[in-house]
Amino acid sequence: MLVARLVPKPLRGFVLPALLLLAWWAAVRFGVSSSPLLVSPAKVWQTAVEQVASGQVFAALAASLRRDLVGFAIGAFAGLAFGAALGASRLFERLAGPSFHTLKQISLFAWIPLLSVWFGLGDAAKVAFLSLAAFFPVVLNTFEGIRSVPADLLEVARVLRFGRWQTWTRVILPAASPSIFAGIHLGLIYAWLATLGAEYLLVSGQGIGNTMIDGREHFRMDQVLFGVIVVGAVGFALNWIAGRIEARALAWRGRSVAQF
Amino acid sequence: MRPVSLADLPMPLAAPVAPPTSWPTWPALRDRLLAWPLPLTVLALWTVAAHFEWIAPQVLPAPEAVALTFKDSLLSGELWAHLQVSLLRVLAGFAVGLVGGLSLGVAMGLSPTVKDYVYPSFKVFAQVPVLGWLPLLMLLVGIDEALKVILVSKAALVPIALNTCKGIEGVPTRHIEVARVLKFTRWQLLSRVVFPAALAPIWNGVRYGLTHAWLALVVVELLASSEGLGFMIVYGRQLFQLDVVLAAVAVVGAVGFALDTLLALVEHRLLRWRREAF
Repeated sequence: MLVARLVPKPLRGFVLPALLLLAWWAAVRFGVSSSPLLVSPAKVWQTAVEQVASGQVFAALAASLRRDLVGFAIGAFAGLAFGAALGASRLFERLAGPSFHTLKQISLFAWIPLLSVWFGLGDAAKVAFLSLAAFFPVVLNTFEGIRSVPADLLEVARVLRFGRWQTWTRVILPAASPSIFAGIHLGLIYAWLATLGAEYLLVSGQGIGNTMIDGREHFRMDQVLFGVIVVGAVGFALNWIAGRIEARALAWRGRSVAQF
Repeated sequence: MRPVSLADLPMPLAAPVAPPTSWPTWPALRDRLLAWPLPLTVLALWTVAAHFEWIAPQVLPAPEAVALTFKDSLLSGELWAHLQVSLLRVLAGFAVGLVGGLSLGVAMGLSPTVKDYVYPSFKVFAQVPVLGWLPLLMLLVGIDEALKVILVSKAALVPIALNTCKGIEGVPTRHIEVARVLKFTRWQLLSRVVFPAALAPIWNGVRYGLTHAWLALVVVELLASSEGLGFMIVYGRQLFQLDVVLAAVAVVGAVGFALDTLLALVEHRLLRWRREAF
């Protein structure tokens, strides 16, 4: 414990990765294993430089991200509309709610074989799958957000004789916005996860997932590791952007105790 | 004096707000019946479409075919065998993830020093989704049981560790101050104050963990397996037997639902002491 306190606080997060890198380097340097899978950190770096210089990684990433965003946009818009209808109308909830909650139980990736039969193996099936991945969390959070709008607020709107449009844009949507944004954020993360899954399961075309699968098939550990790093970085970036947008859009609410 | 709420003020303009669920007659029954038209219409359309062969059976088999396949594979024990394999895998992986996630979460929640050291690396590790680790692990451990257990436990570990850590950190300072005043020992503080107060978020994490574990297992089985429900789906897809695929997908959904319901019931029991306060 004493040793642990010696390291200055801001540097503590780097200790574990540094140790891991050191162990990795040492394992390669002193030849712990002769397996071709044990590639050196330098080799991964070299692969990274090659992939960036030749632009391969950007082409793959662009293909993945384009699909990701198209699928996400379709799923999120459909999810918003469906979730809003489900939240605002008790009748619609009773009609469609139970069916929706049943379908939502099906493990996301189990849809892929079905979608591949219905939409083929190309981009259409992938985009359909991605929109499905984004659809469910957006619906659930929109529904919950709208359902938990306090009745008091609606009473005020009624007192002020708000029209239907005003009630929605001035009262319901702003009051439900934290939950809706949480759903969109979740949808974005799910869509990225699904992008990878779609590329593994519907192996055709280009994408960062295909790069990794390709590396695995050729026993190129450096390529796989590089892919893992890129996937993590993209996930991190998407998460960060969504967080920023969320913070900006919800800034009018002021700081609550729970946020820090 | 009671604070004046909006409801106390005279409001001649406001229409009386009808309680949303006050149907005059047979309310509960009607609500339940309303759930049926949609799935029944879909089923009817599906049956008609299959009957007149508007859609090739390779693309959408008739509902009777799916039901028949389901019955056959149930009776022949094939479905049970796959189900058993999948359930054992998910339980093994979930158990590993549960133990790992709880210990990691407790360590990070209780000790800021541990958190300083581990949390950034943990965030990076969590940031790469299960599917990102898959090709790497396939190279390292092959495609045997170890692969499935490792990936399923990773899927379970992340939400459990995160929620445990957040739950422990979120215990109100006042509770801890009271415990200090009462001169609780460290063990008493943990077992009487911190853990009961953090139980709800921790359990939430466990529920997420199990859901994620099941999701991850199905993916891994779809990609690399020779038995289990995921394999059944892939196998049916390859032979263009969509009835097998649909039957297996239905079972996957049912298991996911059953696992979550089970944990919700346990939660209800575990947290009963909380609910009684209201």
